[in-house]
Amino acid sequence: MLELKSVSKTFHPGTVNEKQAIKKLSLILPEGDFATIIGSNGAGKSTMFNAITGNFFVDEGEICLDGEDITFVPEYKRSKYIGHLFQDPLLGTAPHMTIEENLTLAYLRASSGNKGLFRMVKAEDRERFWKALKTLDMGLEDRMKQPVGLLSGGQRQALTLLMATMVRPKILLLDEHTAALDPATAEKVLAQTEKIVKEQQITCLMVTHNMNQALAMGNRTIMMDSGRIVADISGKERENMTVDGLLELFRKNVGEGLDNDRILLSGLN
Amino acid sequence: MAGFFTVSIIQSAMELGCIYALVALALFVSYTTLNIADLSTDGCFTLGCAVGAIVTLSGHPFLALFAAMGAGVISGFVTAFLQTRLGVESILAGIIVNTALYTINIMVMGFSSNVNIFKASTLFSIAHDLLEGIPLMGSWYKLFVVLIIVLTVGILLAWFLNTMLGLSIRATGDNPSMVRASSINPAFTITAGLMLSNSFTALSGAVLAQYQKSCDINYGTGMVTIALASLIIGESLIGRGSMLTRILGVIFGSCLYRFFVALALRLNIPAESLKLVSAVIVAIAISFPYLKSKIALYRQMQEAKQRHGEHK
Repeated sequence: MLELKSVSKTFHPGTVNEKQAIKKLSLILPEGDFATIIGSNGAGKSTMFNAITGNFFVDEGEICLDGEDITFVPEYKRSKYIGHLFQDPLLGTAPHMTIEENLTLAYLRASSGNKGLFRMVKAEDRERFWKALKTLDMGLEDRMKQPVGLLSGGQRQALTLLMATMVRPKILLLDEHTAALDPATAEKVLAQTEKIVKEQQITCLMVTHNMNQALAMGNRTIMMDSGRIVADISGKERENMTVDGLLELFRKNVGEGLDNDRILLSGLN
Repeated sequence: MAGFFTVSIIQSAMELGCIYALVALALFVSYTTLNIADLSTDGCFTLGCAVGAIVTLSGHPFLALFAAMGAGVISGFVTAFLQTRLGVESILAGIIVNTALYTINIMVMGFSSNVNIFKASTLFSIAHDLLEGIPLMGSWYKLFVVLIIVLTVGILLAWFLNTMLGLSIRATGDNPSMVRASSINPAFTITAGLMLSNSFTALSGAVLAQYQKSCDINYGTGMVTIALASLIIGESLIGRGSMLTRILGVIFGSCLYRFFVALALRLNIPAESLKLVSAVIVAIAISFPYLKSKIALYRQMQEAKQRHGEHK
């Protein structure tokens, strides 16, 4: 379970560029919840993710993961149990290392952390990697000895997803992780995401700019604006929600229309 | 060719190639893997040389190697500490440590700029005594010793780079943003990597001290460029394949570099200009991959032009 208790963060305080990216943000995400997040540019979606991963320490508030206060735990210590995928597929894997080496690193780190520095991959682990790659259905299982730099963006993102979930994370953060992929590949990676999250019952937050997707995936939808959560729907209310209804809800709660072209355009199809 | 290159020239080129290959392997860790140009290499090499010479002189040739490696580990730790804990630029950290090491090296040698260990027993004299009488070993014992050392280091390094810590170090140099999002602490992996690489550099110095039966404060001068040339020759000839293949490629590159130097000496280039010759070889070796791609592009353009001409 993830808890954010009135978390705030201001960038460049005391300068002309001062920007309060998140304001007294509170969120409780129970175990196994899969929430999608939409919001205009600069709404604080990525800032919220970076606050959770510890990319920076927040100015105010408290962050708890599974009851443990992680507000001031350094990033590299938290990331052992937080999976984080970015929009840029190049960010999550090491290009000059092979697929197998990338998987090995992710697997060993998540399963043993900083203990067992000299551990190596075993034959049975390799078997596991092979099976996991096979489920991606991208032919990667036969290319385990190839450097990751040779893969396409979609393949790299699928691999990153696998690396993040090979050992079940306490929370998985997906920051528009399919936005930079071509539609067919994005579809594939999304289906894979849904499958893995469901199978392992991973607590998950997913930022998307696609409103249909925001309503179709997961069990909860959160709308953000100017560093705040402006709508949070789940259950019956969400089941009956349409894209137009979502826009209407946004207008009602914020007082003005949503200003993200990408989001608005995605509502058309 | 046989007349031009005598057996003893080939032999000594191989011997020196293997000894200096340890520095090339150090740069393989710091430069190729961690993406850090460690400019403390020169000083660290002399440090290993000085510590190795002094401990050998006291009658412990084996211990000398480990003492030198220990000194290298400390030197690497200081360089890494400046970078990761005090926010000093990596290049600057290397230069600072290199400067400090000059004084330390003089101190290690008892406030003298050189030490002779002609009378002390070394790994080479021990091997000579052990292998005496075995046919064909007569003059090859030196190569035998350095080969064992460099291959042991190479194999251990290949193993290490596939352990979790080794993979973490490789990822640190390969994709910093991935490292940030995974549970790797870059301050730790950089420290571990530089401690390892500097231990190799110092080991190389210690072996050279026993090989030359002396240590001089200038032995390390230009070492980083020479090692970089060996590394780049090795990587451009054998840059792909498994970790062990690449490491063997680096060792091969170092031997090849020594052949080039031997060749230059055979062409009666005076010994004083050897550093200049080294610099030229280094410049060629480093620019070679770039020039190769330029030439390929030029050819492609020429062919395209010709094809254009035919169509007219």
